[in-house]
Amino acid sequence: MALAREPQRKEYWRWTEYNWRNPDLDWRRAKTITAGVDVGSVSSQAVIMCDGELYAFANMRTGSDSPTSAQRAMDWAMENTGMTLKDVHFTVGTGYGRVNVPFANKAITEIACHARGGNFMYGPTVRTILDMGGQDCKAIHCDEKGKVTSFLMNDKCAAGTGRGMEVFADLLGVSIEDVGELSLQVAEEPEPVSSTCVVFAKTEATGLLRAGWPREKVLAAYCSAMAHRVVSLLERNGVEPDFAITGGIAKNVGVVSRIEKELGIKALKPRYDTQLAGAIGAALFGKALVEKGRR
Amino acid sequence: MIANYGYKDGAGDWFLSIDTDKCAGCGEKPCVNSCPEQVLEAITDDYDDEVVAVREAHRKKLRYSCNPCPRMEGKLPCQQVCPADAIVRSW
Repeated sequence: MALAREPQRKEYWRWTEYNWRNPDLDWRRAKTITAGVDVGSVSSQAVIMCDGELYAFANMRTGSDSPTSAQRAMDWAMENTGMTLKDVHFTVGTGYGRVNVPFANKAITEIACHARGGNFMYGPTVRTILDMGGQDCKAIHCDEKGKVTSFLMNDKCAAGTGRGMEVFADLLGVSIEDVGELSLQVAEEPEPVSSTCVVFAKTEATGLLRAGWPREKVLAAYCSAMAHRVVSLLERNGVEPDFAITGGIAKNVGVVSRIEKELGIKALKPRYDTQLAGAIGAALFGKALVEKGRR
Repeated sequence: MIANYGYKDGAGDWFLSIDTDKCAGCGEKPCVNSCPEQVLEAITDDYDDEVVAVREAHRKKLRYSCNPCPRMEGKLPCQQVCPADAIVRSW
């Protein structure tokens, strides 16, 4: 007979998926409606913009099938708007799965889209954008128009990525949204974990827990290792202010504040969901292409 | 735009940096054929410029694709033939 056991599984890594619509805009009055769909390795976003203004978006997890994820994100963004794909003048796909967006008119790299989106989200003064995504990390420099002037990408290793943080949330049983705050509740900053590899960092963290470290101290050690790793990536290209962080990790105050401390400069405060940068940039590229076609 | 292709690992920095502003003005792109490993390819980038990029398949193994390549006067074949001095390597 199987022993009865309470199910105690909780997915601590799971972040909130949601959609949003701008109640003050009526898409039927818009001249140009464009969409940007960013299919990342971990999350997918669909953004709809009316004449360059944010109208609606959806932010969700990428499934095993990129075309379906793109479609689901887009459907969710359009939910209850009365809008259908036919009403969208131009759709740009971006991100890791950009070639797998079946309804996209064009695919543009996430590097160009993040620069353009960062320019919209943080204003024209932003010069350095650090995108901390699910499975990669990019350092992008751009000009006042949001055009890329240089870029650098790390997608060889999962150190310093969102997925790594998800693994730690699960290990420690701390909700992913609370990791940042909790990691700051230490009296003294511990030594960062020495492994940059997520798998070995997890092994190291298990050892620290066994040695009696409280959860917040282990999280502090991991957040600071992540910050250090990313700063060493940024050093190659230099950091020119204004500086902004996009992607899911930008919501983790534990990592962001440690990056700021190591660099000695503050990151701009986000006014939009930081995960939207790529999709917003893609929609803006779409708008420019539509307007170019009309001229 | 300075396009940095490559990575950083325990053994060092393995980057090929291409200055696309210099590269776009070159019609021949002799670097593409000079490479014995076919690391480089000509692409149209996001701003509609014809530039050279490191092929996706080589971006995570530049140490193995490029480091063994014979050098002349400290330059890789692609760097030697580039008329604009647009390719810089980090190691």
